[in-house]
Amino acid sequence: MADLTSNFLGIKSPNPFWLASAPPTDKEYNVRRAFEAGWGGVVWKTLGAEGPPVVNVNGPRYGVVYGADRRVLGLNNIELITDRPLEVNLQEMTSVKRDYPDRALIASIMVPCEEEAWKAILPRVEETRADGIELNFGCPHGMAERGMGSAVGQVPEYIEMVTRWCKHYTRMPVIVKLTPNITDIRAPAQAAKRGGADAVSLINTINSITSVDLDNFAPQPTIDGKGSHGGYCGPAVKPIALNMVAEIARDPATAGLPISGIGGVTTWRDAAEFLALGASNVQVCTAAMTYGFKIVQEMISGLSDYMDKKGFTSVDQISGRAVPNTTDWQYLNLNYVTKAQINEDDCIKCGRCYAACEDTSHQAIAVSSDRVYSVKDEECVACNLCVDVCPVDCISMRELALGEVDQRTGTPVAGYGNWTSHPNNPSSQAAQ
Amino acid sequence: MSNSQLTEGICANRLSPDALAQNFTDIAPSLTAHEAQVAADRCYFCHDAPCQTACPTDIDIPLFIRQIATQTPDAAGMTIFDSNILGGMCARVCPTENLCEGACVRMKAEGKPVEIGRLQRFATDGVMARQDHPYTRAAATGRTVSVIGAGPAGLACAHRLAMKGHSVTIYDARPKAGGLNEFGIASYKAVEGFAAAEVAWLMQIGGIKMVENWQLGRAGDGDLSDILAQSDAVFLGMGLSGVNALRLKGEDKDNIIPATNFIAQLRQASDLAALPIGRDVVVIGGGMTAVDAAVQAKLLGALNVTIVYRRGRDAMPASAHEQEIALSRGVRIIEHAAPKAIIGNGAVRHIEFCYTKNGPDGLEMTDATFRLPADQCFTAIGQTLGDMPEIVIVKGGKIITDGAGRTSMARVWAGGDCTHAGDDLTVTAVAQGRDAAEDIHLFLAKG
Ligand SMILES: Cc1cc2nc3c(=O)[nH]c(=O)nc-3n(C[C@H](O)[C@H](O)[C@H](O)COP(=O)(O)OP(=O)(O)OC[C@H]3O[C@@H](n4cnc5c(N)ncnc54)[C@H](O)[C@@H]3O)c2cc1C
Ligand SMILES: Cc1cc2nc3c(=O)[nH]c(=O)nc-3n(C[C@H](O)[C@H](O)[C@H](O)COP(=O)(O)O)c2cc1C
Ligand code: SF4
Repeated sequence: MADLTSNFLGIKSPNPFWLASAPPTDKEYNVRRAFEAGWGGVVWKTLGAEGPPVVNVNGPRYGVVYGADRRVLGLNNIELITDRPLEVNLQEMTSVKRDYPDRALIASIMVPCEEEAWKAILPRVEETRADGIELNFGCPHGMAERGMGSAVGQVPEYIEMVTRWCKHYTRMPVIVKLTPNITDIRAPAQAAKRGGADAVSLINTINSITSVDLDNFAPQPTIDGKGSHGGYCGPAVKPIALNMVAEIARDPATAGLPISGIGGVTTWRDAAEFLALGASNVQVCTAAMTYGFKIVQEMISGLSDYMDKKGFTSVDQISGRAVPNTTDWQYLNLNYVTKAQINEDDCIKCGRCYAACEDTSHQAIAVSSDRVYSVKDEECVACNLCVDVCPVDCISMRELALGEVDQRTGTPVAGYGNWTSHPNNPSSQAAQ
Repeated sequence: MSNSQLTEGICANRLSPDALAQNFTDIAPSLTAHEAQVAADRCYFCHDAPCQTACPTDIDIPLFIRQIATQTPDAAGMTIFDSNILGGMCARVCPTENLCEGACVRMKAEGKPVEIGRLQRFATDGVMARQDHPYTRAAATGRTVSVIGAGPAGLACAHRLAMKGHSVTIYDARPKAGGLNEFGIASYKAVEGFAAAEVAWLMQIGGIKMVENWQLGRAGDGDLSDILAQSDAVFLGMGLSGVNALRLKGEDKDNIIPATNFIAQLRQASDLAALPIGRDVVVIGGGMTAVDAAVQAKLLGALNVTIVYRRGRDAMPASAHEQEIALSRGVRIIEHAAPKAIIGNGAVRHIEFCYTKNGPDGLEMTDATFRLPADQCFTAIGQTLGDMPEIVIVKGGKIITDGAGRTSMARVWAGGDCTHAGDDLTVTAVAQGRDAAEDIHLFLAKG
């Protein structure tokens, strides 16, 4: 069993798996059970300002995208921040933190974009002995219309300003949670850093409509005949989240800024990928909402198993390990040549590679009358679509050795050469 | 009702009505919508799908499964019926392990095919439950076609012709249409009168007249020339109404009957409890008929049911799946043994068998013998063509046809079990009936 302990901004937790601010962390009852199940930390469901709490819809609040066998691939929601009074939440947080001193407890906060509002709430949160705060600048629905959530997160100047207020009024570490509903994630991350943030966490949910009721012609979830856009999360958003995490990790302006990775983490492997691209820990919501708290056991055993196999002795050793290999397209080696190769023994003859390549790629797969599929090296551009659609993973990409002739182009494989110096690149020619 | 499985001889009421109802219930009930969704999700939507190639009626299987997966089961049903109007029966009786499912690429991947047969049943049941008939008949052409035999071949032919606007009359020697769907298929494969319901559903297309109790060649009914005189074309789909004999002394003793007769009787019985069955039953043969007779004898309450087949199990025409059904119901299968003598006074009491072995010139009898007690013996060693009009060329006991189903005789087509192209499968009969109809239609359109 590898050592999974995590130290994020000085906040210690037995493992890097935290529950994200969402229904799983909505109240004491849930959080206690989550800690019993093994979660390393929680970010409490977002607190609002003192006074009457927000109200949620009383109809369905989730929309879903299914894969085969009704597997949840994506979830969207129109839920707001906590709909319970601030005082109740603070009391419960105090009680939980007292009983679970070894777990991380972070307060997520969203109050109006006014200095007084933040100044008022921060000391009260401190009294709970929470380990830190997370500024919710992400919610894309409901709160944004009131000038909070993503309405702040989409304006870097506001992020910087609010972060600065928080750093001023509390000694707790400040994590800024970023919205992905923006064109360049680096801008809000840089703003958070300028404001003095100790870390960023991302992504919050993505603006979305998951489906339309084709009988009633309304987006789903449907409330009394109408639907609204909601925030999308779950396995489907992982690729978007991974890219955004990597963007921040490799931006010189934010390099080294601690990141808490969020977005579609469902298995230990997803978590390891976020770590590799620069996150120091991960937060989970949809997977817990789909399968319950117990999934953390698989995350713990899986990550531990992986670390033991790789000889990693701390989570930090994974963190950022793939960042140096994340680059821009223009630096990819254009002289790297591979060819698809079909393992006939494992092939089940479904022909999906053929349909894909013949209809939509490069007509590089031949089929014999007895359904033996083979790759025509002289046509294969190595796109790997065949590999992607093969249900049994029997196609691999063979790397051509230096000097070996590419049957498609008739030229021998040369050493490293990228677009910046390619003869077809007008700028590279201009430079000559 | 004091009888039990142990009662000697042949008697009724061996099992309670509840036990019988339980025994003869649907062997593979329809999938629920959820089960169908899960099963459909397993389809890979293969290119040039091997399952479709393996289906004698060429149903577009990947398409209909995708239609189920996308929650349009009725569209799936229509994809099936477009190729196979008896898709409902085929879903129940096809030995899919040898056909579509046997070809499914998931067999190689996991040894578990997509459940094509059951998905087909799910889709076709849905359309048939709608009560209306989903096809409309083209404008009447004024041409008439006679179809002899209301089995799968004849029915498929008639429906396709009617759809194209021709007037069809089906003649069948039996008092009820359906052919072996009605009189042959094991009852637990097509419960609740499905065969009759399917015929009624199919007839809703209109333009088809059904004449029962009319046998081609029987005095008073008519012969081929009579039929040819009153129609533009004729389709022969008479199946195999004769049976092979054991060619053993004593074969005429009581209680030795063709398995097909026993099954037909069982299929038509209104009260299974009243059907007499022996305590010790022996079935001779190795095909689907042998298995169905043996299994149903067992389900009726026979104590000992033994199938004796002259070759090995791997050579049995009944599929491995069918054999499994027999074994799981407690039927014993003795392989490599052939009947040698029938022993009994008036009625059969014992049957003596000798073991066989493969020799250079085929099967050889050995000196090793054994006897099985038998209150009843069902023979299932092959069916034969009944009397045929001499003007149609018959070879090796089957009608010769070309690829389009044309016989040696002008204006006469044939399909199903009665032809060389037949395969003793419902689905093949359907395919041949349908294809002959298409060719007849082309012929009628020309002339
Ligand atoms: C016991 C048994 C079980 C079977 N189980 C299966 C199974 O599980 N799956 C499967 O795919 N196949 C099965 N088969 C085979 C399948 O039933 C046949 O292949 C199929 O029915 C052939 O169809 P057909 O239309 O050619 O002939 P049939 O179904 O035999 O129909 C022929 C019709 O023609 C009528 N007829 C015959 N002679 C005349 C005449 N002279 N004049 C007028 N009418 C006449 C008959 O009364 C009959 O109605 C089974 C067969 C048997 C015997
Ligand atoms: C390999 C690939 C290449 C694409 N190239 C283009 C492109 O050149 N121009 C464009 O407008 N969209 C392009 N797209 C985006 C698609 O048009 C489409 O907007 C996107 O895939 C979302 O649709 P879908 O996921 O429902 O298929 C591309 C998509 C793929 C998968
Ligand atoms: S890698 Fe792309 S081009 Fe090559 S065979 Fe596969 S699908 Fe075709």
